[in-house]
Amino acid sequence: MSEKTALPVGQEAIQDKGWWLAHKFLILRRITQAGFLGLFLLGPWFGIWWVKGNLAGSLTLDILPLTDPLVLLQGMFAQHWPETTAIIGALIVGVAYALIGGRVYCSWVCPINPVTDAAHWLHDKLGFAKGWQPKRGTRYWVLGMVFAASALTGTIAWEFVNPVSMLHRGLIFGMGFAWTFVLAVFLFDLVVSRRGWCGHLCPVGAFYGLLGTGSVLRVSAVKRADCDDCMDCFAVCPEMHVITPALRGAEGDTPLILSSDCANCGRCIDVCAPDVFKFTTRFDDTPAPARAVRRKPKRQPEASRAA
Amino acid sequence: MAITKLATDARALPVQAIRPPGALPEEDFLAACIRCGLCVRDCPYDTLVLAELGLEGPATGTPFFTARNIPCEMCDDIPCVKACPTGALDHGLTNIDDADMGLAVLIDEEHCLNALGLRCDVCYRVCPVIDKAITLERRHNERSGHHAIFMPVVHSDHCTGCGKCEKSCVLPFESAIKVLPVRVAQAKAAEHYKLGWEDRNPLVDELIDLPDRLPGPGTDNLVAPGGYLPSGVEGLPDPSMDGGFAPSYGLPGTGGAGQ
Ligand code: SF4
Ligand code: SF4
Ligand code: SF4
Ligand code: SF4
Ligand code: SF4
Repeated sequence: MSEKTALPVGQEAIQDKGWWLAHKFLILRRITQAGFLGLFLLGPWFGIWWVKGNLAGSLTLDILPLTDPLVLLQGMFAQHWPETTAIIGALIVGVAYALIGGRVYCSWVCPINPVTDAAHWLHDKLGFAKGWQPKRGTRYWVLGMVFAASALTGTIAWEFVNPVSMLHRGLIFGMGFAWTFVLAVFLFDLVVSRRGWCGHLCPVGAFYGLLGTGSVLRVSAVKRADCDDCMDCFAVCPEMHVITPALRGAEGDTPLILSSDCANCGRCIDVCAPDVFKFTTRFDDTPAPARAVRRKPKRQPEASRAA
Repeated sequence: MAITKLATDARALPVQAIRPPGALPEEDFLAACIRCGLCVRDCPYDTLVLAELGLEGPATGTPFFTARNIPCEMCDDIPCVKACPTGALDHGLTNIDDADMGLAVLIDEEHCLNALGLRCDVCYRVCPVIDKAITLERRHNERSGHHAIFMPVVHSDHCTGCGKCEKSCVLPFESAIKVLPVRVAQAKAAEHYKLGWEDRNPLVDELIDLPDRLPGPGTDNLVAPGGYLPSGVEGLPDPSMDGGFAPSYGLPGTGGAGQ
């Protein structure tokens, strides 16, 4: 713990690198999220049909089929064997996310992410307590239940309630009352549970997380020796438990953030003034000396808030 | 299992919502359709839409059409089916005339102009499968006594459920002829029913053929009440004598007491 812990999150990075560089990945992510949505909207809004469909299934330039493997898998649990096109599409998507990190879907593509990020921002601003925090494995149980429900009802069950596809499809094809689901997620994250939806419950995130367990693209705390304990990375990370093993690892431990929960969002890279983190591959074995051993600080209330 | 409950609830499909051509039966459809909307995009007539949550329509995000708004134009190349990546629209459907989206039903005979005895004929004329899916059957007009009624009659084996008839019905607001999902529109005969005039095979093998009995000379019912007595036939008892029968009432034309 250092006196810098008390500074507002990211302030030091802004001073050192400038506002833009201290928000580089955040901005890139928002551009990408908007870009993906924009590609889908080019057709209905401007009649430019480069991409047709939605995130569940699409056709790009009349040649590239993409399918959400989670939706397709539910269909298989419901005992429908799909046509080859859908299977090819799901394989392409599956392999891509397996390489770049499954939860890249969450931080770079999913339309709900800006919603829950906004909820978290407001939650922080209002200084609410973190509220109900479900156990780490809860989302995998939800995922299991989704498959079980699909098998039991013989339908693609999650799609009846999935706020992710409701929002995305709603924006492209018409919303109806689907916005109520989106609002529910926002309010849940704001009032009931900090980072509750994406961090603990969403089975889509759980699925993509599993998909990206062995992903090549990873964030590494290579310069962890330079960490000055400002705790800003913990404050911005949507899955902060993933940072500790890498950043606080001992000499022999890998500095790579290998947890499949890490969304490769790059926020930790943004806010870190000494540039401890960077994107690299999981095969990167640049030596990363651990920090010099410090006196264990006494736990303070701020620490738990920041953490 | 709240999702299970919701999924089963949401399966209910409003009757006005008709699935695209080639759609699998509803239970299989909900296991197959990923709600991508590619069928919607490739329909050149903007017939299909994806259902929106809470508005009138089937399960959220699944494709359907409302015939009275925009019917299916029965494209020869069936682009909607080709676009479907999952097979929720069966790629086995290659001839649009074999489509079975629903079944047209003349639902309001009280207002159908043809049923009233006028010659509207619009639903009949617009049908892409005219004279097979829909015919005009001539009936006697009981009201006027000497005119004909040309009743539109739909035949399920040829009707594709395209909804052109429903769209074109000249009545304001609701149509007198409506496409309904087959599960709603059609009953089923019990398995053992046979229509004798269509299926001439006897019900039971080796049916026993009894001799026909007809009234007439040589049978024993000649002197039954109301039976007739052929003149000049010898050896039969006189009906008015003992041992014979005579009706206790007079028959018209026989000069009986009643006349
Ligand atoms: S956890 Fe779910 S809702 Fe959140 S970003 Fe990932 S897919 Fe989207
Ligand atoms: S560790 Fe960094 S990249 Fe991974 S989720 Fe946290 S902030 Fe994002
Ligand atoms: S057959 Fe043609 S008009 Fe009918 S739903 Fe398919 S694409 Fe649309
Ligand atoms: S194209 Fe097929 S999977 Fe996609 S919405 Fe239409 S029927 Fe469903
Ligand atoms: S729905 Fe109407 S127009 Fe279409 S095939 Fe059937 S009878 Fe003809």
